[in-house]
Amino acid sequence: MPYEFVRSETDGPIGIVTIDRPQVLNALNHQTIAELTQALEAFDADDAIRCMILTGGDRAFAAGADITQMVDAGPVEMLREDNFARWARLRALRKPVIAAVSGYALGGGCELALTCDLIVASETAQFGQPEVKIGIIPGAGGTQRWARAAGKVRAMEVVLTGDPVSAVEAERMGVVNRVVPAGAHLDEAKRLARTIASRPPLAVELAKQAVNQAQEVPLGTGLELERKLFYLLFASEDKREGMRAFLEKRPARFRGH
Amino acid sequence: MAGEGPVISERQAAVLRLRLNRPESLNAISGEMLVALRAAFEAAARDDAVRAVVLSGEGRAFSSGGDVKEMAQRYEARGAELGDELRQYYAPVIRAIRRCPKPVIAAINGTAAGAGLSLAMACDLRIAADDARLLVAFVRIGLVPDAGALFFLTRLVGFGKAMELALSGEAIQAGEAQRIGLVNAVAPAHDLDATAMRWAQGFAEGPRQAYGLTKRGLERALSLDLEQALELEAHLQTLAARSPDHREAISAFVAKRKPRFGGTD
Repeated sequence: MPYEFVRSETDGPIGIVTIDRPQVLNALNHQTIAELTQALEAFDADDAIRCMILTGGDRAFAAGADITQMVDAGPVEMLREDNFARWARLRALRKPVIAAVSGYALGGGCELALTCDLIVASETAQFGQPEVKIGIIPGAGGTQRWARAAGKVRAMEVVLTGDPVSAVEAERMGVVNRVVPAGAHLDEAKRLARTIASRPPLAVELAKQAVNQAQEVPLGTGLELERKLFYLLFASEDKREGMRAFLEKRPARFRGH
Repeated sequence: MAGEGPVISERQAAVLRLRLNRPESLNAISGEMLVALRAAFEAAARDDAVRAVVLSGEGRAFSSGGDVKEMAQRYEARGAELGDELRQYYAPVIRAIRRCPKPVIAAINGTAAGAGLSLAMACDLRIAADDARLLVAFVRIGLVPDAGALFFLTRLVGFGKAMELALSGEAIQAGEAQRIGLVNAVAPAHDLDATAMRWAQGFAEGPRQAYGLTKRGLERALSLDLEQALELEAHLQTLAARSPDHREAISAFVAKRKPRFGGTD
């Protein structure tokens, strides 16, 4: 499918979506969000794909929303268009998405990375929510996701100052899974993706669902959901194969059902 | 040479020579000089034609450190907000030197004192003239080591020596500096420039990407444990092995000829 602002490719069981508007440091206009959502959804529906990577360029993962699209906007049209609603579709993806971040992940770009399930960052990566500097606040989940990922006081600093944090700092805050040398972020993301792709897909999908619920529901409800999903997996072929292979001390051959 | 601004920047083939240029004050560091240095190192990092950098001082000294006269005037006008000044002017220069992916050599003639020594310590390698004196002078005016000195001094000479140099503020001679690891080599004063240029030209003909990755690696290694370092090496080597210089070195080795580095990726 021809996209204008993203590239979509596969590497074995990994679907890779690359934001590709380098001339504007991958600023996220509506079309870019629409395209990357569509590309990820296509991989999500593709049985050959087990894990996805969302990445950008070396200088910028995504440098934020396209201000030119908002400078003259009023609240009524912002509400009518409700472009951020489209982001909700990213939450509905069933397969894991790894953000491979190099350079700027600012504003909407940072929110996009935080929307992913895992984040691998190059040491040049910078994460931040500069919205406050231009008289607004994050609108695509920034305040909520920072608070959940890093805790309230750290989220406050990021959102109230608008100043970016380095990859190493973000890792320390627990916002980033790992930091690797500049240029190695995509390799590392693929390595992580290959590991996840080698696991039985049903278990991966339900595990993702369960972890996501941890941020949404009270502990009792979450534990109950986890238990149900756990029991549910006992209906799968891959569970039988996984346990047998373990007992027979051989590698498992998972088939995805 | 005076009148060319506080930093003279000059290209000699692939080597960028940066010379601190306030000889009348032994290259005391001014705000203007720091802004120029930062710009020069940031430009050097980006410029593919630059393969190595030599930092030296015009006149009788490398640098006598922060300009105390300028400091006194500023205190008069704005109060003693040295912390802000460090954040705004000094720290960006130190970062720019460390982030430059090309080998950076300090050629130290005469005196390197206080923040002047800090600048030299932020470079990758230091060559001192045999008559050079180096001093962690801050304590002499009631200040603490800055401009990266706390970081680099402890790592270059160890905690004990760092403490001794910083608390005493006394000068050490080039030979002693080499013995304790504060400088890499000592050259006769008349030969200092030529020695530094020889080193730099050697680097200019070397494997560009390997230098950049090695710098990143050694720097990160300062704060890593063994497991993390092993992992970092795997990442860096993945990148290095993809470089044209590595491929050239391999074919040269097989063909029993000298490698010709300088490929771009």
